[in-house]
Amino acid sequence: MSFNIPENYLYTKDHEWALIQSNIATIGITEFAKDQLGEVVYVDLPKVGDKLNQNQTFGVVESVKAVSDLYAPISGTVTEINASLLDNPDSLNTSPNTDGWLIKVQIASESEIPGLMKSEDYKKLITQS
Amino acid sequence: MTNSATSQKTPLYNDHVKANARMVDFAGWIMPIQYEGLKEEHFYTRNHVGLFDVSHMGEIRVKGTKAVESLQWLTTNDISTLENGQAHYGLLPNHEGGLVDDIFVYCLEKNADYLVCVNASNKDKDFAWMIKNNKGADIIDESSIWGQIAIQGPEALELCDKTFNIKVSEMARNQIKKSTFNNHQIMIATTGYTGEKGCEVFIEAKGTSDLWNALLNNTSPKAKPIGLGARDTLRTEMKFSLYGHEIDDASNPYEATLGWAMKPNAKDFIGKAPMLKAKELGLKRKLIGFKMLERGIPRQGYEIKKETGEKIGLVTSGTHSPTLDEPIGIAYVETAFTTEGSQFFVDIRGKLVKAHVVKTPFVNKT
Repeated sequence: MSFNIPENYLYTKDHEWALIQSNIATIGITEFAKDQLGEVVYVDLPKVGDKLNQNQTFGVVESVKAVSDLYAPISGTVTEINASLLDNPDSLNTSPNTDGWLIKVQIASESEIPGLMKSEDYKKLITQS
Repeated sequence: MTNSATSQKTPLYNDHVKANARMVDFAGWIMPIQYEGLKEEHFYTRNHVGLFDVSHMGEIRVKGTKAVESLQWLTTNDISTLENGQAHYGLLPNHEGGLVDDIFVYCLEKNADYLVCVNASNKDKDFAWMIKNNKGADIIDESSIWGQIAIQGPEALELCDKTFNIKVSEMARNQIKKSTFNNHQIMIATTGYTGEKGCEVFIEAKGTSDLWNALLNNTSPKAKPIGLGARDTLRTEMKFSLYGHEIDDASNPYEATLGWAMKPNAKDFIGKAPMLKAKELGLKRKLIGFKMLERGIPRQGYEIKKETGEKIGLVTSGTHSPTLDEPIGIAYVETAFTTEGSQFFVDIRGKLVKAHVVKTPFVNKT
């Protein structure tokens, strides 16, 4: 199985991605994570204005079988959530890299950015597992 | 993948790996959790025919002139009612009135030869328990001798009739017949764990892969292999109990709504007095099915609460039902909250989410 791993995204070992555009990070789960979960049937997200610390759980995605926590790749304040997923998580199932994004965060500390994984390192991580 | 070195492999292990199944450790066995996807497999079983590798289940043979006396003492259902080729569900109680396991008992020869099918996770415990409380029968662990394949779904009986020497479609529910397949000894039982028509076939371990592939190679009806993931959603939709979820060594069978498998007026059995005493004193809780009135999926271990936060129950199984496309749950709740429509809250990660009691099975099957 081959997964689309955009080169301009950054990644975590918990299989989240972050797309950094000036001081806003858009956050989602990777195609690999989605494949491991199976079809997502339920999503829980934080509220706009919530403050997240790096590696803190900020929500869950559930398949028929399993509950998976979502971990913040970066600290910051939630500026927007993909509320359409709460009613219908289909876009997360079909396009986890794009339409199925989860939240946008105003970055609290840019010093955390260099600690995130580049696409080639993430590709290595998932081919080993 | 968590394939520990000590895990056992069923006779179909190589077939699962070849089919690219996702394998997991389950009750000490390396088992397929899914092949193409849980939902697809669930619907394929509900609409066509699914094959399940259930070779990990335990088979314990109880023979001899003391077989009936021993099984009457060891189990809750009335063994004396079983004629040749008949089977029933039953329970293995402990002395405190809890449950060692839930089982199926097959009568191969009345008063002489019975097969007891037990849960994989409990097999060694069950066997030791039966030996310890034996009343003189020959009790033999035959688990390594038998592979087992469940064939389930609306097209299952048609597939069975094309595959076997006997007309499975003409057998009543809960029957067992001996036969052969490619010179391997088999026993075909019209039982199952999905709510669908079909059977469970015991076959000599060395013939299991032959049968599995013969079933899969049939073109019409076309069967597909089904993993443990869909096996669990299929049984949950029927509110069938799973040991370790709905029942365990502290469960009262009346609370678990398994009173129909109890025959206390017919005979004495282990744990009968404490079970009946608990019933006389009034059951504190009962196993019910529920649906959510607000967003959220219930899962095993979540607490059931009143709006005030007071705990009144515990979820034993919960999932998103593929057939109904909504969350469903099974829970023990205090008896005051067990009538249809009773409302309560499920504590989902610290949030109280409204739910109510519904009729079960969640999915109606004839």
